[in-house]
Amino acid sequence: MSYAQRGMDWVRALPKPAKIVLWVLFLVFLFALPLLNIPFITTPDSDFGGVLFTVSTYVLVALGLNIVVGYAGLLDLGYVGFYAIGAYTVGVLSSLHGSWPWLWTVPVAIGAALISGILLGAPTLRVRGDYLAIVTLGFGEIVRLTLVNSQWLNGAQGISNIPRPPGAELFEVPSLDWSSGAPVVDLSNTTTFLKFGITDQIPYYWLALSVILLVLLFDKLVKDSRVGRAWEATREDEDAAELMGVPTFRFKLLAFALGACIGGLSGALFAGKAGFISPDSFVLLLSILFIAAVVVGGAGNRWGVILGAIVVGYFPERFRDFADFRVLVFGLALMLLAIFRPQGILPPRRAVRAIEADEKLEALEEGEVRV
Amino acid sequence: MQYLFDNFWALTITGLTLGAVYALVALGYTLVYGVLRLINFAHSEVFMYGTFAALWVVTFLGGNATGSIAQVIFWIAMMFVAAMAMSGLIAVLLERFAYRPLRKRNAPPLIALISAIGASFVLAEIMGLREKITGWFGLDTPLATYVRNSRNNAGMPEIITPQPVFTLGDYAVTNVDIFVIVGAIAIMIMLDQFVKRSRLGRGIRAVAQDPESAALMGVNRDRVIQVTFLVGGVMAGAAAAFYMLKIGITRYDAGFILGVKAFTAAVLGGIGNLRGALLGGFVLGLAENYGSAIVGTEWKDVVAFLLLVVILLFRPTGLLGESLGKARA
Repeated sequence: MSYAQRGMDWVRALPKPAKIVLWVLFLVFLFALPLLNIPFITTPDSDFGGVLFTVSTYVLVALGLNIVVGYAGLLDLGYVGFYAIGAYTVGVLSSLHGSWPWLWTVPVAIGAALISGILLGAPTLRVRGDYLAIVTLGFGEIVRLTLVNSQWLNGAQGISNIPRPPGAELFEVPSLDWSSGAPVVDLSNTTTFLKFGITDQIPYYWLALSVILLVLLFDKLVKDSRVGRAWEATREDEDAAELMGVPTFRFKLLAFALGACIGGLSGALFAGKAGFISPDSFVLLLSILFIAAVVVGGAGNRWGVILGAIVVGYFPERFRDFADFRVLVFGLALMLLAIFRPQGILPPRRAVRAIEADEKLEALEEGEVRV
Repeated sequence: MQYLFDNFWALTITGLTLGAVYALVALGYTLVYGVLRLINFAHSEVFMYGTFAALWVVTFLGGNATGSIAQVIFWIAMMFVAAMAMSGLIAVLLERFAYRPLRKRNAPPLIALISAIGASFVLAEIMGLREKITGWFGLDTPLATYVRNSRNNAGMPEIITPQPVFTLGDYAVTNVDIFVIVGAIAIMIMLDQFVKRSRLGRGIRAVAQDPESAALMGVNRDRVIQVTFLVGGVMAGAAAAFYMLKIGITRYDAGFILGVKAFTAAVLGGIGNLRGALLGGFVLGLAENYGSAIVGTEWKDVVAFLLLVVILLFRPTGLLGESLGKARA
């Protein structure tokens, strides 16, 4: 059992009030993270608030993709398509062909992603697993190429002047300064609470973090319900699940549609923060990075997936010194991880138990263990 | 629509040359899928290394458009040897470092895909950073012709000028077109016979059919898998040499789109089926060209992917079905 696993078990064994206190402290820490400017963690070469926002979108996307890949076991290589549909719905309604406020466009973006998820899933989820990967890969490229070629969507120029999320200027939050070696409260460098401006990106991070918490709650409710168990049964053995009365196709479609919704939501967030989107923001490489985030962390375990998204989103930003070599290093890291830790950094507990059981069975067959 | 009829033969011939390249690369996907049941995501990089080997060897030998016939034949032969050797080597290395360690640990198929994606990044980036990497050893100046501007397009000197041989409709079919189409088909017939008749080919089919029984019958599975990767790589190398003759430009990330297309071709024909890869490649090349003539060139890639989606919906096993293992002995 890994240290991470042991840590998780230790937290689980705590009494409930202690757990709640720990959680609240952790949440406060997360929200304060961009203000603390902790040395070494803070990115020296790019704005830390912006980096944290990028990492949060990765986390959000990874949580959505985890429903599809981790829970339902469907390999989706075109997830960036839903992300793009969400972002472009926001762009079209709020800037290019309308002037809706950002907040109103978000539900429409989620709805558009949901519909495209059902339209793509309904015919393709009947084909075999590895073909699904290729059909979705094709879907992601079709979405991108349509964006590039469609005059109505402004082609390769993209959409600019997307309005920002609604905010208010309530109070100033100071940040910490570590330049003297010890933390000092710096009153000159403050963030206005909930002012979604251009220079200060911290409020976007807060928004994304809040959305992540909501999605996490939703994720937990769904995973622990009948739906989550149906997904698990379908993933482990589709024929057996079907025989036990699980309508596997409908549950697969549900997973696909829910994943698409979260993808669309992340796209909408991205559009609201960036203010400008173009087809270049939705390249296929992004789909692959998303998949990598899910699998690196441990498909099926929401905490593992979050960790994976942080690894994939954060490290390339932190180590910009190796800018030229970061894709190379990332590729090497993926290979090493696949070889030495194939279940991901934090695999689901059930998978760990299954592996242990397998090993025991094998040992029994080999006659190394006497019972 | 009128454009399609006016240029029917031009579209057909260029579609076939492109299709020949797709088909050769598709063989690599199909072979590996046949024996390992996994998508070799990094195969596109195997192809890309072949294009560079072809380019470097022609540059090294000083190839140009004014060579005598003997010289041109020598250049082309060297180009094929270099590209096939390079791609074969890369494919074998790929198997050794990205797939074999996973197989030893019984990793799930999704993990093999992740490892392949990683390998694909590593291979592409090594090529894209070759100027910097050779710079560490102080070799960037002596090798400048080969490594300069490593993130931009690299072009090959033209060694055969395309000359019309005969006309079809109003399109003059050139010697390069004929060479690419006929050459690709010849190579594929050779491969088909190799898999069908040779001892190693029988091993490949046995492993594709039932890996465990094959192992029990004394087939060395690791060796067969290695040979499969080698053969797939050599085919991709041949494709790369044809590609450089016809297109003449490559880049460190040139493999990606072509790889996706070739995979489409493999699935189109029925993945795991060698003849299916040939058919799929040609069908894809033609469909892409006809389709883009109707709806506009900028939609070319969309046509290819839509075709794939439609085929998978109505005939999920591809045009000819999956049968590397089931091919009769």
